[in-house]
Amino acid sequence: MDWDWQYSGDILPDLLDGLRYTVIATLAGYVIALVLGLVWTLLRRSPSRVFNQAIRWITEFIRSTPLIPQLYFVFFVLPAWGITIGSLTAGIITLGVHYSTYTAEVYRAGIADVPKGQWEACTALNLPRSRVWLDVVLPQAIRRVIPTLGNYLIAMFKDSPMLLAINVAELLFSAYQVGAKSLQFLEPITMVGLLFVVVSVISSILVRRLERRYATN
Amino acid sequence: MPPIDPAAGSPGGVGGRPPSENTDPAAEDAPKAPADAAGVSTEKGGAPEAALPRGEAPGIRFEKVVKRFGHNVVLRELDFSVAPGERVTLIGPSGSGKTTILRLLMTLEKLDDGLIWIGDETLWHMERGGKRVPAGQKHLHEMRKQVGMVFQQFNLFPNMNVLRNLTEGPVRVLGLSRDEAVERARGLLDMVGLADKENAHPTQLSGGQQQRVAIARALAMQPRVLLLDEVTSALDPELVVGVQDLLRDIARQSDITLLCVTHEMTFAKDISDRVLMFDQGQIVEEGPPEQIFGEPSEQRTRDFLQAVLAT
Repeated sequence: MDWDWQYSGDILPDLLDGLRYTVIATLAGYVIALVLGLVWTLLRRSPSRVFNQAIRWITEFIRSTPLIPQLYFVFFVLPAWGITIGSLTAGIITLGVHYSTYTAEVYRAGIADVPKGQWEACTALNLPRSRVWLDVVLPQAIRRVIPTLGNYLIAMFKDSPMLLAINVAELLFSAYQVGAKSLQFLEPITMVGLLFVVVSVISSILVRRLERRYATN
Repeated sequence: MPPIDPAAGSPGGVGGRPPSENTDPAAEDAPKAPADAAGVSTEKGGAPEAALPRGEAPGIRFEKVVKRFGHNVVLRELDFSVAPGERVTLIGPSGSGKTTILRLLMTLEKLDDGLIWIGDETLWHMERGGKRVPAGQKHLHEMRKQVGMVFQQFNLFPNMNVLRNLTEGPVRVLGLSRDEAVERARGLLDMVGLADKENAHPTQLSGGQQQRVAIARALAMQPRVLLLDEVTSALDPELVVGVQDLLRDIARQSDITLLCVTHEMTFAKDISDRVLMFDQGQIVEEGPPEQIFGEPSEQRTRDFLQAVLAT
């Protein structure tokens, strides 16, 4: 089987179109994961034990089940209950919620890493709870976990092809479609790999740059 | 609220120092009165004294205070009091409960039993329906306003510059405007000799500088009681003197009530009106520094001092 350059050039626009969806889904899902993860972490610190345990089991459940059944649940089961959402939206939400249970752990570790003396200084200054979190604890905790959070962006990017299970027109899905049409899979699938490498390398460089900027603590 | 039995020695009336530094009665009513109105000599120009908290300081009284950590009883039915404006140093071997006393006063540890009075109010209890009940967050918040603390490890906020470290509390807790808080912070930085460091981050400062910022941060809240928890223990030897000199100046120029835990006996000697020697959660001996350091009457005090001075 020889590499067909002509064919590669012809399918590239289709693949780039798919890549666009991949990037959109990953970034939008990442925003959800970052925000919701923090929400989980803060909810788990509520004064009610029962509530904390409930949150703990919910997140544990989401983290311990694979992404594809979750995608099926959101896309195929929820409509039966009257909640119908488009495939891209469903994919973004599922990816975001799934990864929020991972970022929640990252935040939790970051908060636990803030020295006890910082909390004590807050008490000594009589700062109200909201200020303790917003001005002292979270800025320090988040700064510490930026590299780890960045790695999850790359992990999510690499998990995004699973969205083809619910027909999101992302990169792998587009490659499959063009391949199925011409029955030539070598070029599209190889190009998928190359495009993933290109995006991954670019994001790691960005993440490392962030890391260097905030690691001065 | 049941008043403290005066015979038992109300914190407001326990011996101690007469309010001699504040001869102008008007100054006592105006906490922010400028230094010249308070009749304090100005040694380093106007700003430092103006920056110091002024006004009536409350006394402190511990009444049968018990504190346990698990099965380990750190304070056993401890009784002692500190007069308003008095400077008391707590000495004793580690584990004797000195730091726990400060941490209870700063509400960093919970009280197990007994009462702690600040002025004529209990710190850990409040009045509800004629009964004394455990204090709620609001009560603790109000009570804490009178108390400030400086820590062994400084505990400055590394995510804020020096100025913000000093303005955060006054703006967020005392409700000062940004400008007022900055003005107060600059006055204090001037007093601690770090006026040029307001934009620095704590990590860019030496330990001694960080501790001086921490002292300024505590004073920015204008506490009436200041707790010093081994504030020079984490410093390189050559930086200790600067911090001690600063604290000596503050002690001389303010009328704040001061509780100090330290292993620096010379410093304890200069700064305090009274020294309390602790061992196993109880006071072994107390008296003016000349007596405790000069002719201690208890064997345990002698042993302790010998061990400390030998190092």
